[in-house]
Amino acid sequence: MDLIGQFGLFASRGVRRAFRRPYESRTIWDQVEKAGWQSLPLIAASGFALGVVLTLHTRGSLTQFGAAALIPAVQSLAFFNEIGPLIAGLLVAGRVGAGIGAELANMRVTEQIDAIEALSIDSFKLLVIPRIVACAIVLPLLTIFMDTCGLIGGFLVENRISHLSLTLFLDRAFSQVTWTSVVPPTLKTAVFGFLIGLVSCYYGYTTDEGSAGVGRASTNSVVVSSLLIILADVLLVKIIFFLYPDSAI
Amino acid sequence: MRLPNCYGISFQSVSKGFNGHRVLDNVSFEISPGEALCLMGRSGTGKSVTLKLTIGLIRPDQGRICIEGQNIVEMNEDGLSSVRRKIGFLFQSAALFDSFSLNDNLALPLMRFTNKSQDEIDFVVQKELEAVGLAEARYRMPAELSGGMRKRAGLARALVLEPRILLIDEPSSGLDRITSSEIDELLLGLKGRATMVIVTHDVPGARRVGDRLAVLDKGHLLAIGSAQELEKHDNRLVRCLVSEG
Repeated sequence: MDLIGQFGLFASRGVRRAFRRPYESRTIWDQVEKAGWQSLPLIAASGFALGVVLTLHTRGSLTQFGAAALIPAVQSLAFFNEIGPLIAGLLVAGRVGAGIGAELANMRVTEQIDAIEALSIDSFKLLVIPRIVACAIVLPLLTIFMDTCGLIGGFLVENRISHLSLTLFLDRAFSQVTWTSVVPPTLKTAVFGFLIGLVSCYYGYTTDEGSAGVGRASTNSVVVSSLLIILADVLLVKIIFFLYPDSAI
Repeated sequence: MRLPNCYGISFQSVSKGFNGHRVLDNVSFEISPGEALCLMGRSGTGKSVTLKLTIGLIRPDQGRICIEGQNIVEMNEDGLSSVRRKIGFLFQSAALFDSFSLNDNLALPLMRFTNKSQDEIDFVVQKELEAVGLAEARYRMPAELSGGMRKRAGLARALVLEPRILLIDEPSSGLDRITSSEIDELLLGLKGRATMVIVTHDVPGARRVGDRLAVLDKGHLLAIGSAQELEKHDNRLVRCLVSEG
Protein backbone atom coordinates (compact mmCIF):
# COMPACT_ATOMS: atom_id res chain seq x y z
CA MET A 1 0.00 0.00 0.00
CA ASP A 2 2.89 2.29 0.86
CA LEU A 3 4.45 1.63 -2.55
CA ILE A 4 1.17 2.34 -4.36
CA GLY A 5 0.88 5.60 -2.41
CA GLN A 6 4.41 6.57 -3.43
CA PHE A 7 3.69 5.75 -7.08
CA GLY A 8 0.55 7.89 -6.78
CA LEU A 9 2.46 10.84 -5.34
CA PHE A 10 5.16 10.46 -7.99
CA ALA A 11 2.52 10.34 -10.75
CA SER A 12 0.64 13.36 -9.41
CA ARG A 13 3.91 15.30 -9.26
CA GLY A 14 4.45 14.36 -12.90
CA VAL A 15 0.96 15.41 -13.97
CA ARG A 16 1.25 18.74 -12.13
CA ARG A 17 4.56 19.61 -13.76
CA ALA A 18 3.82 18.20 -17.21
CA PHE A 19 1.67 21.21 -18.05
CA ARG A 20 4.21 23.83 -16.99
CA ARG A 21 6.71 25.38 -19.37
CA PRO A 22 9.13 24.39 -20.82
CA TYR A 23 7.42 21.37 -22.39
CA GLU A 24 10.64 19.46 -23.15
CA SER A 25 9.34 18.46 -26.59
CA ARG A 26 12.85 17.84 -27.90
CA THR A 27 13.66 15.54 -25.00
CA ILE A 28 10.35 13.72 -25.48
CA TRP A 29 11.19 13.17 -29.14
CA ASP A 30 14.66 11.86 -28.18
CA GLN A 31 13.07 9.43 -25.77
CA VAL A 32 10.48 8.34 -28.34
CA GLU A 33 13.34 7.52 -30.67
CA LYS A 34 15.25 5.73 -27.93
CA ALA A 35 12.31 3.74 -26.57
CA GLY A 36 10.51 3.20 -29.87
CA TRP A 37 12.87 3.11 -32.79
CA GLN A 38 15.53 1.13 -30.97
CA SER A 39 12.94 -1.42 -29.77
CA LEU A 40 11.77 -2.20 -33.29
CA PRO A 41 14.14 -5.13 -33.97
CA LEU A 42 13.13 -6.85 -30.73
CA ILE A 43 9.42 -6.26 -31.38
CA ALA A 44 9.70 -7.36 -35.01
CA ALA A 45 11.58 -10.56 -34.23
CA SER A 46 9.29 -11.46 -31.33
CA GLY A 47 6.10 -10.70 -33.25
CA PHE A 48 7.24 -12.69 -36.26
CA ALA A 49 8.27 -15.69 -34.14
CA LEU A 50 5.02 -15.62 -32.18
CA GLY A 51 3.04 -15.47 -35.43
CA VAL A 52 4.85 -18.53 -36.71
CA VAL A 53 4.45 -20.45 -33.45
CA LEU A 54 0.78 -19.53 -33.00
CA THR A 55 -0.03 -20.73 -36.49
CA LEU A 56 1.86 -23.98 -36.02
CA HIS A 57 0.05 -24.61 -32.71
CA THR A 58 -3.47 -23.78 -33.85
CA ARG A 59 -3.13 -25.42 -37.27
CA GLY A 60 -3.20 -29.01 -35.94
CA SER A 61 -6.30 -28.56 -33.79
CA LEU A 62 -8.28 -26.48 -36.26
CA THR A 63 -7.49 -28.82 -39.16
CA GLN A 64 -8.76 -31.77 -37.09
CA PHE A 65 -12.13 -30.01 -36.81
CA GLY A 66 -12.11 -29.01 -40.46
CA ALA A 67 -11.70 -25.37 -39.55
CA ALA A 68 -8.32 -24.68 -41.17
CA ALA A 69 -9.85 -21.72 -42.96
CA LEU A 70 -10.25 -20.01 -39.59
CA ILE A 71 -6.51 -19.99 -38.84
CA PRO A 72 -5.91 -16.44 -40.18
CA ALA A 73 -8.93 -15.08 -38.26
CA VAL A 74 -7.89 -16.81 -35.02
CA GLN A 75 -4.43 -15.44 -35.43
CA SER A 76 -5.46 -11.86 -36.15
CA LEU A 77 -7.96 -11.75 -33.30
CA ALA A 78 -5.45 -13.28 -30.88
CA PHE A 79 -2.80 -10.77 -31.87
CA PHE A 80 -5.00 -7.69 -31.95
CA ASN A 81 -6.79 -8.47 -28.70
CA GLU A 82 -4.16 -9.85 -26.42
CA ILE A 83 -0.89 -11.21 -27.74
CA GLY A 84 0.29 -8.01 -29.41
CA PRO A 85 -0.58 -5.60 -26.58
CA LEU A 86 0.56 -7.83 -23.73
CA ILE A 87 3.77 -9.16 -25.24
CA ALA A 88 4.76 -5.74 -26.59
CA GLY A 89 4.15 -4.33 -23.10
CA LEU A 90 6.24 -6.99 -21.40
CA LEU A 91 9.07 -6.69 -23.94
CA VAL A 92 9.18 -2.92 -23.57
CA ALA A 93 9.08 -3.30 -19.77
CA GLY A 94 12.16 -5.51 -20.06
CA ARG A 95 14.09 -3.49 -22.57
CA VAL A 96 13.08 0.11 -21.96
CA GLY A 97 12.03 -0.14 -18.30
CA ALA A 98 15.32 -1.67 -17.24
CA GLY A 99 17.20 0.96 -19.23
CA ILE A 100 15.30 3.86 -17.69
CA GLY A 101 15.66 2.49 -14.17
CA ALA A 102 19.39 1.93 -14.54
CA GLU A 103 20.04 5.21 -16.36
CA LEU A 104 18.26 7.42 -13.84
CA ALA A 105 19.67 5.53 -10.86
CA ASN A 106 23.16 5.94 -12.29
CA MET A 107 22.52 9.65 -12.76
CA ARG A 108 21.38 9.89 -9.14
CA VAL A 109 24.40 7.99 -7.82
CA THR A 110 26.89 10.02 -9.85
CA GLU A 111 25.27 13.31 -8.75
CA GLN A 112 24.17 14.16 -12.30
CA ILE A 113 20.61 14.78 -11.08
CA ASP A 114 21.95 17.09 -8.37
CA ALA A 115 24.01 18.83 -11.06
CA ILE A 116 20.88 19.41 -13.15
CA GLU A 117 19.14 20.90 -10.10
CA ALA A 118 22.22 23.00 -9.34
CA LEU A 119 21.91 24.46 -12.84
CA SER A 120 18.35 25.60 -11.92
CA ILE A 121 16.87 23.02 -14.25
CA ASP A 122 13.89 21.03 -12.99
CA SER A 123 15.36 17.52 -13.13
CA PHE A 124 11.96 15.89 -12.69
CA LYS A 125 10.62 17.71 -15.71
CA LEU A 126 13.72 17.10 -17.80
CA LEU A 127 14.24 13.44 -16.95
CA VAL A 128 11.01 11.89 -15.71
CA ILE A 129 8.14 13.42 -17.67
CA PRO A 130 9.65 12.93 -21.16
CA ARG A 131 10.31 9.26 -20.41
CA ILE A 132 6.78 8.61 -19.16
CA VAL A 133 5.21 10.46 -22.09
CA ALA A 134 7.50 8.71 -24.58
CA CYS A 135 6.62 5.26 -23.21
CA ALA A 136 2.89 6.06 -23.42
CA ILE A 137 3.31 7.22 -27.03
CA VAL A 138 5.52 4.45 -28.37
CA LEU A 139 3.82 1.40 -26.91
CA PRO A 140 0.63 1.62 -29.05
CA LEU A 141 2.83 2.13 -32.12
CA LEU A 142 5.03 -0.81 -31.23
CA THR A 143 1.92 -2.91 -30.62
CA ILE A 144 0.64 -2.19 -34.13
CA PHE A 145 4.07 -3.13 -35.44
CA MET A 146 4.07 -6.36 -33.44
CA ASP A 147 0.57 -7.26 -34.70
CA THR A 148 1.75 -6.70 -38.25
CA CYS A 149 4.87 -8.81 -37.81
CA GLY A 150 2.79 -11.56 -36.18
CA LEU A 151 0.46 -11.67 -39.16
CA ILE A 152 3.42 -11.77 -41.54
CA GLY A 153 4.86 -14.75 -39.63
CA GLY A 154 1.49 -16.50 -39.69
CA PHE A 155 1.04 -15.84 -43.37
CA LEU A 156 4.45 -17.24 -44.26
CA VAL A 157 3.69 -20.51 -42.41
CA GLU A 158 0.26 -20.78 -43.99
CA ASN A 159 1.64 -19.96 -47.40
CA ARG A 160 4.34 -22.60 -47.07
CA ILE A 161 2.05 -25.34 -45.76
CA SER A 162 -1.22 -24.72 -47.57
CA HIS A 163 -0.09 -22.34 -50.35
CA LEU A 164 -2.61 -19.76 -49.18
CA SER A 165 -2.33 -16.53 -51.17
CA LEU A 166 -1.72 -13.22 -49.43
CA THR A 167 -5.05 -11.82 -50.61
CA LEU A 168 -7.01 -14.76 -49.27
CA PHE A 169 -5.01 -14.78 -46.02
CA LEU A 170 -5.76 -11.11 -45.41
CA ASP A 171 -9.37 -11.53 -46.43
CA ARG A 172 -9.80 -14.33 -43.89
CA ALA A 173 -7.69 -12.63 -41.24
CA PHE A 174 -9.78 -9.47 -41.25
CA SER A 175 -13.17 -11.13 -41.81
CA GLN A 176 -13.91 -11.18 -38.06
CA VAL A 177 -12.03 -8.03 -37.15
CA THR A 178 -14.00 -4.93 -36.19
CA TRP A 179 -12.61 -1.63 -34.93
CA THR A 180 -13.51 -2.63 -31.36
CA SER A 181 -11.21 -5.63 -31.61
CA VAL A 182 -8.30 -3.42 -32.73
CA VAL A 183 -8.54 0.12 -31.41
CA PRO A 184 -9.39 -0.30 -27.69
CA PRO A 185 -6.86 -3.14 -27.12
CA THR A 186 -4.18 -1.12 -28.91
CA LEU A 187 -4.96 2.05 -27.00
CA LYS A 188 -4.85 0.22 -23.67
CA THR A 189 -1.12 -0.17 -24.25
CA ALA A 190 -0.78 3.58 -23.69
CA VAL A 191 -1.68 2.74 -20.09
CA PHE A 192 0.95 0.00 -20.10
CA GLY A 193 3.48 2.52 -21.42
CA PHE A 194 2.52 5.00 -18.75
CA LEU A 195 2.99 2.32 -16.07
CA ILE A 196 6.39 1.29 -17.46
CA GLY A 197 7.58 4.90 -17.58
CA LEU A 198 6.18 5.73 -14.16
CA VAL A 199 7.55 2.67 -12.35
CA SER A 200 10.97 2.76 -14.01
CA CYS A 201 11.41 6.47 -13.44
CA TYR A 202 10.25 6.10 -9.84
CA TYR A 203 12.84 3.42 -9.02
CA GLY A 204 15.61 5.17 -10.94
CA TYR A 205 14.95 8.72 -9.78
CA THR A 206 14.44 7.90 -6.10
CA THR A 207 17.27 5.45 -5.57
CA ASP A 208 19.58 6.33 -2.69
CA GLU A 209 21.59 3.19 -2.21
CA GLY A 210 24.78 3.93 -4.12
CA SER A 211 25.92 1.68 -6.93
CA ALA A 212 24.01 -1.31 -5.53
CA GLY A 213 20.88 0.77 -6.00
CA VAL A 214 21.47 0.95 -9.76
CA GLY A 215 21.08 -2.81 -10.16
CA ARG A 216 18.14 -2.87 -7.78
CA ALA A 217 16.40 -0.02 -9.60
CA SER A 218 16.83 -1.83 -12.90
CA THR A 219 15.48 -5.13 -11.55
CA ASN A 220 12.57 -3.53 -9.71
CA SER A 221 11.65 -1.52 -12.79
CA VAL A 222 11.22 -4.68 -14.85
CA VAL A 223 9.58 -6.83 -12.19
CA VAL A 224 7.10 -4.28 -10.88
CA SER A 225 6.16 -2.80 -14.25
CA SER A 226 5.64 -6.31 -15.73
CA LEU A 227 3.43 -7.25 -12.80
CA LEU A 228 1.46 -4.01 -13.06
CA ILE A 229 1.00 -4.50 -16.80
CA ILE A 230 -0.55 -7.93 -16.25
CA LEU A 231 -2.79 -6.67 -13.46
CA ALA A 232 -3.79 -3.58 -15.45
CA ASP A 233 -4.53 -5.82 -18.44
CA VAL A 234 -7.16 -7.72 -16.45
CA LEU A 235 -8.80 -4.48 -15.42
CA LEU A 236 -8.62 -2.89 -18.87
CA VAL A 237 -10.03 -5.99 -20.61
CA LYS A 238 -12.94 -5.89 -18.18
CA ILE A 239 -13.49 -2.21 -18.97
CA ILE A 240 -13.28 -2.83 -22.73
CA PHE A 241 -15.80 -5.67 -22.49
CA PHE A 242 -18.08 -3.45 -20.45
CA LEU A 243 -17.88 -0.58 -22.91
CA TYR A 244 -17.83 -2.70 -26.08
CA PRO A 245 -19.56 -6.03 -25.35
CA ASP A 246 -19.23 -7.12 -29.00
CA SER A 247 -15.43 -7.06 -28.74
CA ALA A 248 -15.46 -10.29 -26.68
CA ILE A 249 -14.25 -13.13 -28.92
CA MET B 1 12.53 38.53 1.15
CA ARG B 2 15.71 40.63 1.52
CA LEU B 3 17.49 40.63 4.85
CA PRO B 4 19.76 43.65 5.31
CA ASN B 5 21.99 41.92 7.86
CA CYS B 6 22.92 39.07 5.54
CA TYR B 7 26.28 38.79 3.77
CA GLY B 8 27.21 37.14 0.46
CA ILE B 9 26.60 33.78 2.10
CA SER B 10 25.41 33.43 5.67
CA PHE B 11 24.79 30.32 7.77
CA GLN B 12 22.93 31.05 10.98
CA SER B 13 22.71 28.22 13.55
CA VAL B 14 22.33 25.60 10.84
CA SER B 15 21.90 21.95 11.80
CA LYS B 16 21.38 18.95 9.58
CA GLY B 17 21.14 15.25 10.31
CA PHE B 18 20.63 12.04 8.37
CA ASN B 19 19.00 8.94 9.87
CA GLY B 20 19.41 10.26 13.39
CA HIS B 21 23.05 11.17 12.90
CA ARG B 22 23.73 14.91 13.17
CA VAL B 23 26.15 15.93 10.42
CA LEU B 24 26.09 19.68 11.09
CA ASP B 25 25.36 21.03 14.55
CA ASN B 26 24.51 24.68 15.04
CA VAL B 27 26.98 25.96 12.45
CA SER B 28 27.21 29.70 11.80
CA PHE B 29 29.53 31.65 9.51
CA GLU B 30 29.41 34.50 7.04
CA ILE B 31 31.24 35.05 3.78
CA SER B 32 31.60 38.48 2.24
CA PRO B 33 30.89 39.05 -1.44
CA GLY B 34 33.99 38.23 -3.51
CA GLU B 35 35.67 36.32 -0.68
CA ALA B 36 37.12 32.81 -1.06
CA LEU B 37 36.56 30.50 1.91
CA CYS B 38 38.21 27.08 2.02
CA LEU B 39 36.35 24.54 4.08
CA MET B 40 38.58 21.87 5.59
CA GLY B 41 38.20 18.95 7.91
CA ARG B 42 38.36 15.21 8.13
CA SER B 43 36.17 13.06 5.87
CA GLY B 44 32.54 12.84 6.92
CA THR B 45 32.46 16.07 8.90
CA GLY B 46 29.77 17.74 6.80
CA LYS B 47 31.79 19.77 4.29
CA SER B 48 29.96 18.57 1.18
CA VAL B 49 26.67 18.78 3.07
CA THR B 50 27.46 22.44 3.73
CA LEU B 51 27.84 23.05 -0.01
CA LYS B 52 24.61 21.24 -0.83
CA LEU B 53 22.80 23.21 1.84
CA THR B 54 24.18 26.43 0.35
CA ILE B 55 22.60 25.71 -3.03
CA GLY B 56 19.40 24.27 -1.56
CA LEU B 57 19.88 20.70 -2.79
CA ILE B 58 19.14 19.63 0.77
CA ARG B 59 17.29 21.58 3.44
CA PRO B 60 18.54 22.11 6.98
CA ASP B 61 16.68 20.71 9.99
CA GLN B 62 17.01 24.12 11.61
CA GLY B 63 18.68 27.48 11.08
CA ARG B 64 18.78 30.04 8.28
CA ILE B 65 20.88 30.10 5.14
CA CYS B 66 21.03 33.43 3.34
CA ILE B 67 22.35 33.89 -0.17
CA GLU B 68 22.87 37.56 -1.01
CA GLY B 69 20.29 38.50 1.58
CA GLN B 70 17.66 35.93 0.72
CA ASN B 71 16.80 33.18 3.19
CA ILE B 72 16.65 30.11 0.95
CA VAL B 73 15.36 27.79 3.67
CA GLU B 74 11.83 29.12 3.33
CA MET B 75 11.86 29.25 -0.45
CA ASN B 76 9.79 27.07 -2.75
CA GLU B 77 11.30 25.38 -5.82
CA ASP B 78 10.72 28.42 -8.04
CA GLY B 79 12.47 30.73 -5.57
CA LEU B 80 15.35 28.30 -5.20
CA SER B 81 15.65 28.04 -8.94
CA SER B 82 16.17 31.79 -9.29
CA VAL B 83 18.80 31.77 -6.51
CA ARG B 84 20.62 28.84 -8.10
CA ARG B 85 21.11 30.83 -11.28
CA LYS B 86 23.53 33.00 -9.32
CA ILE B 87 25.50 29.95 -8.20
CA GLY B 88 27.92 27.65 -9.99
CA PHE B 89 28.62 24.24 -8.48
CA LEU B 90 31.59 22.00 -9.24
CA PHE B 91 30.82 18.56 -7.86
CA GLN B 92 33.49 16.28 -6.45
CA SER B 93 32.93 13.84 -9.33
CA ALA B 94 32.39 16.75 -11.77
CA ALA B 95 28.93 15.17 -12.45
CA LEU B 96 29.07 15.83 -16.18
CA PHE B 97 26.02 14.55 -18.04
CA ASP B 98 27.43 11.37 -19.50
CA SER B 99 25.00 11.16 -22.41
CA PHE B 100 25.99 14.66 -23.58
CA SER B 101 29.21 15.78 -25.25
CA LEU B 102 31.30 18.40 -23.48
CA ASN B 103 29.84 21.00 -25.81
CA ASP B 104 26.27 20.04 -24.90
CA ASN B 105 27.10 19.95 -21.18
CA LEU B 106 28.06 23.61 -21.38
CA ALA B 107 25.42 24.65 -23.88
CA LEU B 108 22.48 23.24 -21.87
CA PRO B 109 22.29 26.03 -19.25
CA LEU B 110 22.92 28.68 -21.90
CA MET B 111 20.05 27.40 -24.02
CA ARG B 112 17.78 27.31 -20.99
CA PHE B 113 18.47 30.59 -19.32
CA THR B 114 19.77 33.03 -21.88
CA ASN B 115 18.39 34.51 -25.08
CA LYS B 116 21.65 33.90 -26.91
CA SER B 117 21.61 32.74 -30.52
CA GLN B 118 23.25 29.44 -31.46
CA ASP B 119 26.32 31.32 -32.71
CA GLU B 120 26.62 33.22 -29.44
CA ILE B 121 26.22 29.99 -27.45
CA ASP B 122 28.94 28.36 -29.56
CA PHE B 123 31.20 31.34 -28.88
CA VAL B 124 30.65 31.26 -25.10
CA VAL B 125 31.19 27.48 -24.94
CA GLN B 126 34.40 27.81 -26.93
CA LYS B 127 35.60 30.66 -24.71
CA GLU B 128 34.91 28.76 -21.48
CA LEU B 129 36.54 25.59 -22.76
CA GLU B 130 39.59 27.53 -23.88
CA ALA B 131 39.82 29.11 -20.43
CA VAL B 132 40.13 25.66 -18.86
CA GLY B 133 42.34 24.29 -21.66
CA LEU B 134 39.77 21.92 -23.14
CA ALA B 135 38.95 23.55 -26.48
CA GLU B 136 40.22 20.53 -28.38
CA ALA B 137 38.04 18.15 -26.38
CA ARG B 138 34.87 20.10 -27.14
CA TYR B 139 32.98 17.29 -28.88
CA ARG B 140 34.27 14.44 -26.76
CA MET B 141 32.06 12.54 -24.34
CA PRO B 142 32.76 12.68 -20.59
CA ALA B 143 33.74 9.00 -20.56
CA GLU B 144 36.61 9.85 -22.91
CA LEU B 145 38.12 12.41 -20.53
CA SER B 146 40.67 11.93 -17.76
CA GLY B 147 39.84 12.83 -14.15
CA GLY B 148 41.61 16.19 -14.38
CA MET B 149 39.91 17.03 -17.68
CA ARG B 150 36.52 16.20 -16.17
CA LYS B 151 37.19 18.48 -13.22
CA ARG B 152 38.15 21.30 -15.55
CA ALA B 153 35.10 20.62 -17.72
CA GLY B 154 32.91 20.67 -14.62
CA LEU B 155 34.45 24.00 -13.67
CA ALA B 156 33.77 25.37 -17.16
CA ARG B 157 30.13 24.29 -16.87
CA ALA B 158 29.85 25.86 -13.43
CA LEU B 159 31.17 29.13 -14.85
CA VAL B 160 29.21 29.24 -18.08
CA LEU B 161 26.39 31.38 -16.67
CA GLU B 162 28.90 33.72 -15.01
CA PRO B 163 27.73 32.98 -11.46
CA ARG B 164 28.32 35.41 -8.61
CA ILE B 165 28.85 32.50 -6.22
CA LEU B 166 30.96 29.44 -6.87
CA LEU B 167 30.78 26.25 -4.79
CA ILE B 168 33.59 23.80 -5.37
CA ASP B 169 33.75 20.34 -3.88
CA GLU B 170 37.26 18.91 -3.63
CA PRO B 171 38.76 20.30 -6.84
CA SER B 172 42.02 18.41 -6.37
CA SER B 173 40.80 15.03 -5.13
CA GLY B 174 42.28 12.14 -7.09
CA LEU B 175 44.50 14.43 -9.13
CA ASP B 176 48.25 14.67 -9.31
CA ARG B 177 49.98 17.76 -7.90
CA ILE B 178 50.53 19.37 -11.30
CA THR B 179 46.92 19.01 -12.40
CA SER B 180 45.58 20.17 -9.04
CA SER B 181 47.94 23.13 -9.23
CA GLU B 182 46.49 23.96 -12.67
CA ILE B 183 43.01 23.92 -11.18
CA ASP B 184 44.19 26.16 -8.33
CA GLU B 185 45.46 28.60 -10.97
CA LEU B 186 42.03 28.63 -12.58
CA LEU B 187 40.42 29.33 -9.20
CA LEU B 188 42.93 32.08 -8.46
CA GLY B 189 41.93 33.68 -11.75
CA LEU B 190 38.33 33.78 -10.52
CA LYS B 191 39.12 35.49 -7.24
CA GLY B 192 37.30 38.74 -6.84
CA ARG B 193 34.89 37.87 -9.64
CA ALA B 194 32.87 35.44 -7.53
CA THR B 195 32.29 34.52 -3.91
CA MET B 196 33.81 31.07 -3.52
CA VAL B 197 33.36 28.24 -1.06
CA ILE B 198 35.90 25.51 -1.68
CA VAL B 199 35.88 22.17 0.12
CA THR B 200 39.38 20.78 0.03
CA HIS B 201 41.94 18.56 1.73
CA ASP B 202 44.77 20.18 -0.22
CA VAL B 203 46.49 22.46 2.29
CA PRO B 204 48.85 24.28 -0.12
CA GLY B 205 45.96 24.85 -2.53
CA ALA B 206 43.68 26.11 0.24
CA ARG B 207 46.33 28.53 1.49
CA ARG B 208 46.92 29.85 -2.04
CA VAL B 209 43.28 30.27 -3.04
CA GLY B 210 41.46 30.90 0.22
CA ASP B 211 41.18 34.33 1.84
CA ARG B 212 40.06 32.50 4.96
CA LEU B 213 40.04 28.88 6.01
CA ALA B 214 37.37 27.16 8.10
CA VAL B 215 37.72 23.84 9.90
CA LEU B 216 34.78 21.56 10.52
CA ASP B 217 34.90 18.57 12.85
CA LYS B 218 32.08 16.25 13.91
CA GLY B 219 29.50 18.72 12.69
CA HIS B 220 30.95 21.70 14.57
CA LEU B 221 32.78 24.67 13.13
CA LEU B 222 36.03 24.56 15.11
CA ALA B 223 37.68 27.63 13.66
CA ILE B 224 37.51 30.20 10.90
CA GLY B 225 40.15 32.76 9.97
CA SER B 226 43.26 33.34 7.89
CA ALA B 227 45.84 30.57 7.51
CA GLN B 228 48.21 32.47 9.82
CA GLU B 229 45.54 32.79 12.52
CA LEU B 230 44.59 29.12 12.35
CA GLU B 231 48.24 28.00 12.55
CA LYS B 232 48.29 29.48 16.07
CA HIS B 233 44.88 28.10 17.07
CA ASP B 234 44.49 26.36 20.45
CA ASN B 235 42.97 23.25 18.88
CA ARG B 236 45.58 20.77 17.72
CA LEU B 237 43.33 19.39 14.95
CA VAL B 238 42.96 22.87 13.48
CA ARG B 239 46.72 23.41 13.53
CA CYS B 240 47.31 19.99 11.91
CA LEU B 241 44.75 20.54 9.14
CA VAL B 242 46.06 23.94 8.05
CA SER B 243 49.78 23.34 8.44
CA GLU B 244 51.79 22.59 5.30
CA GLY B 245 54.50 20.70 7.08
